[in-house]
Parts: sequence; structure tokens; C-alpha cells
Amino acid sequence: MSNEVLERILKGRRSQPQQLVEVLQDVQEAFGYIPQDVMTTVSGDLGVPLIEVSRVANFYKAFSLKPRGKHVITVCMGTACHVRGALRMLDEVEGQLGIEPGETTKDGLFTLERVNCLGACALGPVVVLDGRYHGKMTPNKLRKLIQSVHAAEKEVTHGR
Amino acid sequence: MVAKLKTFADLGAARTCAQAKRNKAQTVTMCCGTGCQASSSQKVAEAFKSELAAAGLVDSVDVRLTGCHGFCEQGPIMVIDPANILYCHVTPEDVPEIIATTVRTGEVIDRLLYVDPASGEKITREADIPFYRAQDRTLLGQNRRVDPSNIEDYIAIGGYSALTKVLGGMSPEAVIKQIQESGLRGRGGGGFPTGRKWEQCRAAAGEEKYVICNGDEGDPGAYMDRSVLEGNPHAILEGMLIGSYAIGANQGYIYVRKEYPLAVSNARKAVEQARQWGLLGENILGSGHNFDVEIARGAGAFVCGESTALMASVEGKVGEPRPKDVHTVKDGLWHKPTCLNNVETWANVPMIINNGAAWFAAKGSNGSTGTKIFALTGRIKNTGLVEVPMGISLRKILYDIGGGAANGVAIKAVQTGGPSGGCLPAEKFDLPVDFDTLTAAGSMIGSGGMVVMDEHTCMVDVAKYFLAFLQDESCGKCVPCRLGLERMLEILTDITEGRGRPEQIEVLEDLGDTMAQTCLCALGRTAPNPVLSTLRYFRKEYETHIHDKSCPAGVCRSLIRYSIDPGVCTGCGACLKACPHGAISGESKKPHAISETMCTRCGICTDTCKFEAISVC
Repeated sequence: MSNEVLERILKGRRSQPQQLVEVLQDVQEAFGYIPQDVMTTVSGDLGVPLIEVSRVANFYKAFSLKPRGKHVITVCMGTACHVRGALRMLDEVEGQLGIEPGETTKDGLFTLERVNCLGACALGPVVVLDGRYHGKMTPNKLRKLIQSVHAAEKEVTHGR
Repeated sequence: MVAKLKTFADLGAARTCAQAKRNKAQTVTMCCGTGCQASSSQKVAEAFKSELAAAGLVDSVDVRLTGCHGFCEQGPIMVIDPANILYCHVTPEDVPEIIATTVRTGEVIDRLLYVDPASGEKITREADIPFYRAQDRTLLGQNRRVDPSNIEDYIAIGGYSALTKVLGGMSPEAVIKQIQESGLRGRGGGGFPTGRKWEQCRAAAGEEKYVICNGDEGDPGAYMDRSVLEGNPHAILEGMLIGSYAIGANQGYIYVRKEYPLAVSNARKAVEQARQWGLLGENILGSGHNFDVEIARGAGAFVCGESTALMASVEGKVGEPRPKDVHTVKDGLWHKPTCLNNVETWANVPMIINNGAAWFAAKGSNGSTGTKIFALTGRIKNTGLVEVPMGISLRKILYDIGGGAANGVAIKAVQTGGPSGGCLPAEKFDLPVDFDTLTAAGSMIGSGGMVVMDEHTCMVDVAKYFLAFLQDESCGKCVPCRLGLERMLEILTDITEGRGRPEQIEVLEDLGDTMAQTCLCALGRTAPNPVLSTLRYFRKEYETHIHDKSCPAGVCRSLIRYSIDPGVCTGCGACLKACPHGAISGESKKPHAISETMCTRCGICTDTCKFEAISVC
């Protein structure tokens, strides 16, 4: 299945080195990270040396070289969120999940990330869970949000 | 599939047709920008459409889902025209009542109206709300009039008429002259005269030229470009089309941050539609001009807002800046002459062509013409996007439009221009906001972020915040930026953690000066600004941190401690439950206590306590 996905991403872009950033964006979206073997394929197909692919993948923050958790919690650390207490949101998630930004919980359920600004400054502090924006967050609301994911996950497991 | 427009007359006919579709008795406008979407505006919109269909009112009411209106604080926002009634914080549950009363009978629902925090009065009409009234929403106002996913909306409000004017009878030189006479300066931060840039790019040797729209709005605290890209992408395309004709380019790129998914998708849709309608592609409207646009997504690197780094990124490379001894107008993307302008700059172009340079130049003052959009955020009542004529005072923006301090705590400073800008204290609030005045005061307009800070904000912490951000984002190519930022951050960390020494202030200033003179790109050269400007205006705060080892704002964690007043604590247990680090203990209904060693000074307990029993000192 992953080969098909990669084929779709590379189609029409082969031998076009300038497509590297765009291709890696699509890989990140489809796989949740940039696997090592995909980098090798991309390098060969676009005609970009592997070291350059690796350099680009390391340079941009949007690319993760490690698999991420099932759910990604992103805490916005922009200025507007900062002066409205974004650090507290980070504290809350770190305390609840026992992980630091960039890390994934042992059960693979959550990854915590920080972002420098989402441009939703009026709603600060902003926390994004799996692409959904949650504005005007408080530690209390955040705790409930994490609990709701845990509860939903339990239901899924029991359902099986 | 739409038939391509082949002539100017085709476009005129399409406009008449598009306008005819907009003649329903009432129009309900629903803001669906990122801000309001986060407040569930999409659900309200869906509910509205289905209820409207059920009520059989589809033929008399137009529902328009638009981009950001700017008043994000009050979202989701709904405006019902022609009565101009504005409802805020609308929920799906409110929808049936809105249709049954306001839409059917024109009756106003009192509880959904905006309450002016200054007077406590309810305001019915959008136009009467002080936040909007004090603005000049020439550009941002268009967001409210178009559905960004529908090119017909843009055409109906006169969209692409400036393009017709240009392609139909203006020489490239005449176009450039108009832009020069308007005095338009780059809205992305540099403030470089746009017309001069175009002229230089046109004059540059080479057949192949490019135009680029810089939508890599990386400054934390700024989101006006996101809103224009999301809400009015065709205005940007039209601006780029006009620019491409003036410069002689056939290919353009819109570089958008990946962190703005809605902007990426709306820009893509707009490009797709413009191609289908024949407004992008070959022989546009029969004029012989060819132009196409591609979208390039930024991948999360602040430095890519810098023009040479951005161009490297479009080429698929690592986004590192290069020396600009030869300007990008001569040697840019793929070493070809390239004209790069910011989102807001491009979006202003069609209006200048349509209304004339004199119209634009009449707004503003002191070498800064036209209007500028600012993102007003932080510790202020009305957060949102505001568009004002250049030269207005900071005080007007903060108090007349912004409504003043939030939570009754006095405003201490406003940070303008993002990480390259600086903090201006209250005694500077009467300064006119224009490119040159703010730069002279040690800050800058930058891309237009304005983050308001009050007595609960520690200025040393703010400076440290920006340094940490910049150090994290520094591409590392040049030594002054790579090492200078690290050293400055080390010193600020010392100061905020109680290890500061008086002589370090001088070192900070010295490092800042060196960086300003020697860094490779503008981002590095302006990086010390947050530190230098806070040292200039808030030196006392630095000194208190260094000499007294205390943080007056109660922010720097190493210098503060939280304690529970046993006389006030009721033992309700709220803080105990809230503490994410398990640092609070106590029996029910008996005073609780905070463990010094386990407490991380996050302050979550203070926010939770209803009895104000927890204090910070």
C-alpha cells in the first residue's frame, strides 16, 4: 500500500529536483513522517543526492524523521499565545502525558509538538488536536480534551 | 466546465451574469476564516443552509460563506444584510430562531448582539460597532463581500476590472508609473517602494522573469496575510497578473506557509478557477499576455520569509539566504530577474489601478501611503484584524479600535513588527504608525503584528521569548547570527533565572550592535531589536531582575514562588486537581499547601482558585 501512495506522490514529478520540498510535504502528510527508505527512493527518482534530501528533511520543521503518535497535540507558542499563557498549556500536556515537545508517548497514542504561530492569534492560547483548532484554551479545558481522547480510545479497544 | 473568457467583452458579460445571481432580497454572511472555524462557524453555516431550505427561503436569501471579517474575538460572526445586523458568538442552536425572527420579520434578537465593552450598550448594526467604525477597511472589507471559493463573487464586485484596464490599454511603463505615484511600499516588513522594485525588474536583462507572492507570514502574532489569502485570493492573483504584465513575466509563484491549511486550499482553488475561466494561462482575454501561477508550500522555516531563502525553497532546496550584493530583481529565482512582493502588497495593486494613484496616495502620511492591516492581539479587549490609514496613532488603534486593556490591567507596551521589531512603551503611544517613525523609535511596522502587553507581562521574558524563537529559527549559515543569538539567549536566561550580572547588559548591547552590522540577511540584522528596544525603554526591569533577583510581573519562574494563604483557602480541592505536577496537597475543607520542590511555577493553580487564596511573589 505504501508503494502505491509513494507512486501517486512521485507521478509527474520524476527527474524534477525542484519538486523536492513539495514531494516531502506530501510524504509527510501521507506517512506522518519521512521514512529512511522513502528518502532513498525520492533521491533516486527526483535525481537529488541522498545527502541533499536528508539535509532538506532535517532543515524544515514540517518534516519529522520519526513516526508520530496516533494523535498529535500541537501547542501554539506564538507571541500572542505566549502572553496569554501558552507555556501553561505546554506544562499541562507535559504533566498529563509525561512527554516533552517532539516526543511520543510509549503507547504511541500522543505526540506533543510546538509550533511558532498558527495565525489564529485572536483565539490564543491555541491548541490543535489532530488538525482541529481549539481556541481560548485553559489548562482545565485541555485536560478534558486529553481525557476525551483517552475515553474514545478505550471505547475503540472495548469495541473490538 | 466553464467556457473560457476570451475577450474583455466576455469578462463584462460574465460580470453582469454574476451580479444578477446576487440580487436576492437578503444576504446572510457567515465568517468562515480560520478563527471563526475554530469557533465552529462551519456548523452554524451548515445548520443555516438546511434550516433555510426547510423554511423554503432559499430563493430570497443568499448565504455567503466568507473569509475572515477580522473581529475574531466575537466569532462565529453572522451579518444579515441589507439591515446590516451583526450577531456574534452564534451557535447552531441559535439558527432556527434567527430564521424565524430576523430573516422572516426583521426582528432583532437581543441576546446575540454585540455589547460595547466601553459603554455596556448593545449595538445592532455592524457599521455602528466602534471596532469597525474607526477603521478604513478598503482591502479587508472585500473579504466580507466574497466567497473565496467562488470566482464569480469576486467578478461581481468588480474583480479583474483592473486587469481589463491594464491589458486593454495601458503600457507596462504606465502601469509602473501608477504604482510609483501611489507611493505603495512593501507590506511585508521592508517597506521598499513597490513601483521602484517593478521598474528595476522590468529593466533587468533577461527574457525569462518571475513574480512571487510572499505568503510565508512567519512572524508570530501576525495573520493579516493569512486572512487575505484565505478570504480574497483572486485580488492577489489579479495583482500578480498586473505585475507580471508590467514586468514582463510569464510565471508566478504563491509561497504559502503550510501552517495555514485553509489559505493553501483557497489559493489552490482560486488558481484552478482562474485557469478554467481563462484568467490565467495563454493569451489572457485575447491580450496576448501569458501568465500562470503555481502554489509552493512553505515547510515551517521562519527564515524562508526572507526573499533569497524563499526562492531557494521554491527551487526545492534548503531555505538559506544568500548575500544580496546582486539584488533578486536581477538575479532571483533560478538566477532570473524576480519580483517578490508580499500578499497585502499584491492585493492593493488592483485597487490602485482602478481608483488611481492619487486616491491611494491621499491616504496615509509621512512617506507611507494607503492603508495597512494590523493584527491586534495579546492583552487587549478587541483582538482581531484592523485596517487603518498609515499615520494613525498607536493610541487610536489600541483604545478606539482595540477597546483598551483587557481585564482592567494597564497596558504597558505594544510589540510591533514581530521578532524583527521592538516594544514601544505607553509614552510612545501618540507616535504616528508609519514605516519611518516606528523604525526611528527602535521598532518597525514589519508585517503588521501588534501584540499588546500589560503589567502582567515581563519585558525581559518577552525579549527572551523572541531570542529563543530566533535562535531556534536561525538557519545557521552566518556566524554572527548563529553564535550571537546563542550568547544573547544565554545571558537573558541567566538574568531571568537569577544569575544575572550588571555588566551583562553592556555585553547584550555590544552583541546586538555587532549583529546589526554583520549578519548576512535582514532577519539576522534585526534579530537583536527585541532586546535592544526593551533595554532602551524597560531597562529598569532588567535591573530589577539582576539586582533584586525578582520579576515584578511575576512571570520568570526561577524568581517567583507560589503560596497558599491558609486564612483564605477553603480546601475546596480545585487547585489540587488542577496541578499537572501533583505539587499541591491537603485534606478536603482544610487549607492546602504547595510543595516548593515539586512546583514548576506554571501558575495553573492561581487561575483555578476562585477565592484568590494563591499568590505569587
